Amino acid sequence: MKVVYFDNNATTRVAEEALEEIKPYFCELYGNPSSMHTFGGQVGRKIREAREKVAALLGCDPSEVIFTGCGTESDNTAINGTLAALPDRRKIITSRVEHPAVLQVCRELENRGYTVVEMGVDKKGRLDMDQLEEQIDDDTALVTIMYANNETGTIFPVSKIAKLTESKGVVFHTDAVQAVGKIPMNLSERPGIDLLSISGHKLHAPKGVGALFVRKGTRLTPYMLGGHQEGGRRAGTENVPGIIGLGKACEIAAENMAEENNKVKNLRDKLEKAILNKCPDCMVNGDTKNRLPNTSNISFEFIEGEAILLMLDKFGICASSGSACTSGSLEPSHVLRAMGVPFTAAHGSIRFSLSRYNTEEEIDFAIEKIPPVIDRLRQLSPFVAE
Amino acid sequence: MWDYSDKVMDHFMNPRNVGEIDAPDGVGEVGSLACGDALKLTFKLDENGRIVDARFKTFGCASAIATSSVLTELIKGMTIDEAAKVTNKDIADYLGGLPEQKMHCSVMGREALEAAIENYRSGGTKKHELEGKVVCTCFGVTENEIERVITENNLTTVEEVTNYCKAGGGCGGCKGEIEKIIQRVQGEKTKELPAKAPARGRKLTNIQKIQLIQQTVNEQIRPALRAHGGNIELIDVDGNKVIVAFRGMCAQCRLTEFTMKDVVEARLREFVSDELYVEEDKESAAEPHNHRE
Repeated sequence: MKVVYFDNNATTRVAEEALEEIKPYFCELYGNPSSMHTFGGQVGRKIREAREKVAALLGCDPSEVIFTGCGTESDNTAINGTLAALPDRRKIITSRVEHPAVLQVCRELENRGYTVVEMGVDKKGRLDMDQLEEQIDDDTALVTIMYANNETGTIFPVSKIAKLTESKGVVFHTDAVQAVGKIPMNLSERPGIDLLSISGHKLHAPKGVGALFVRKGTRLTPYMLGGHQEGGRRAGTENVPGIIGLGKACEIAAENMAEENNKVKNLRDKLEKAILNKCPDCMVNGDTKNRLPNTSNISFEFIEGEAILLMLDKFGICASSGSACTSGSLEPSHVLRAMGVPFTAAHGSIRFSLSRYNTEEEIDFAIEKIPPVIDRLRQLSPFVAE
Repeated sequence: MWDYSDKVMDHFMNPRNVGEIDAPDGVGEVGSLACGDALKLTFKLDENGRIVDARFKTFGCASAIATSSVLTELIKGMTIDEAAKVTNKDIADYLGGLPEQKMHCSVMGREALEAAIENYRSGGTKKHELEGKVVCTCFGVTENEIERVITENNLTTVEEVTNYCKAGGGCGGCKGEIEKIIQRVQGEKTKELPAKAPARGRKLTNIQKIQLIQQTVNEQIRPALRAHGGNIELIDVDGNKVIVAFRGMCAQCRLTEFTMKDVVEARLREFVSDELYVEEDKESAAEPHNHRE
């Protein structure tokens, strides 16, 4: 059965071009970039190239890019490293809709005596900037707010937040794993963004590699100790193939960003419109006016997300759900709940997230298959009148 | 991805006996949209008092639907007395087992059956009602229900109880109480000793006392407040006076003085020392709260 992959916010297919670049670095060019000999040293050059490519996509200096093991590590490093470097400040401001890689870290810090403020969001998942401004005080060490939400695609006003934190002299970190490659970053022109997390496998690089942008002059205590790699800022022998893959993936993303994203957006819009047209009692979650081009989060009322996913799975259609039953927890998505999405809709929310590899045929196939599945489950539901 | 048996997948993809019976002899409705699953079961008896037809409508995940479907098959042909003896274990076994976290679906099936039988026996007048004290307010699970799943399935941990009837799976504020129920029902069978907090009674140094207060706030108090959009901050400890600030929804709550303070005080006395008393930091409480609802 053909797989129709609409779960690109979970992970993406590795770009063929990236795979080709990576291949020689397993069995042929396997040297350690830290070695003195030419055999290892040539690998170091390749890492330098990769760093330049990541920096080009971010619009920053290559020296401001640290390679890490994953997006989660980048987030952990940014938050813990900032606090360790600023021991006299005890307050962190974040949002209630962050990825657990940020939220769990903040909550653990709260248990260790830090004051953590979790900003709420409105019905569309938007932040209130006035409230944020009110919260920033002399005790605030860090503001960490995501660039774009992984579940709804809602884009946060990162430039505005950056201006605010800069004027108040507070460090700003943004988890941009869903945004990099979809939105131009131009970090050299946005001085208030001090730290920014990237994950390789969200933009067609392999899993197990990430990066953290650290603006020159930002004080950050290293998280991983035990080696001089990454200028002493992240110890541990480099994941050479991963880093090379990330470099190539960033190069590809930078090449045709506007064009590719426009194509993806058109496909997404076609899918979303068709579903809303054909299925009654549906609604789109998130800020449709300000959203990632690839993401559509739709709530199907009166039915449950896991059941929808399993029925779509029978057609090879891969999506994901904020439903509690998909995770083994009992409460639905913290993001949708923070947005005040009623339980009736939160349990039946499905996220479709596309990539440049999706085709018009796949969209047509999904448009044909999804409405009958919804209809079928509603026939089973006690909340739908016959 | 759940590891569902073939039988679960079959009953999910091809559910049997979907719908509602006109003029049924018994109707059982359990669950709600908020809880994430709900089941409406209807049945009809023949002249010999055997269930001749049973139908269901279910809102829920694959295992909830499969459980409902299998339940209708299971009870057809049974007398009311036979049906009344069906346990959640019978339903799960008939399906070739369910993932541990999905066992509550089988309990929902048994509850719906029970409600329908009750409805029949009362001549169609009685609707399903919660009996006994509600322990888990998030999912509306009563003490009777918790005791029953513990006994029928020989459960010994809070996690298992959550898997079987959802109790404790929301804010987690009732986990201590569930532990006590397990203790009471199972006695020596309990695998783990309840109450994570260290043994009380010994003399604490000031540093130990403050650490224990912080730990109690972190583990016993904050999770419950957070689930309701609030939070608590430990400001200071001065002798036996514990100064805290309430944030978010708790700070806005007009009953703060009478409820939250007392709850916190009770928990701290339970886990740290009887001599502690709680005061709210007025300055912090007067600051703008950090949540909007």
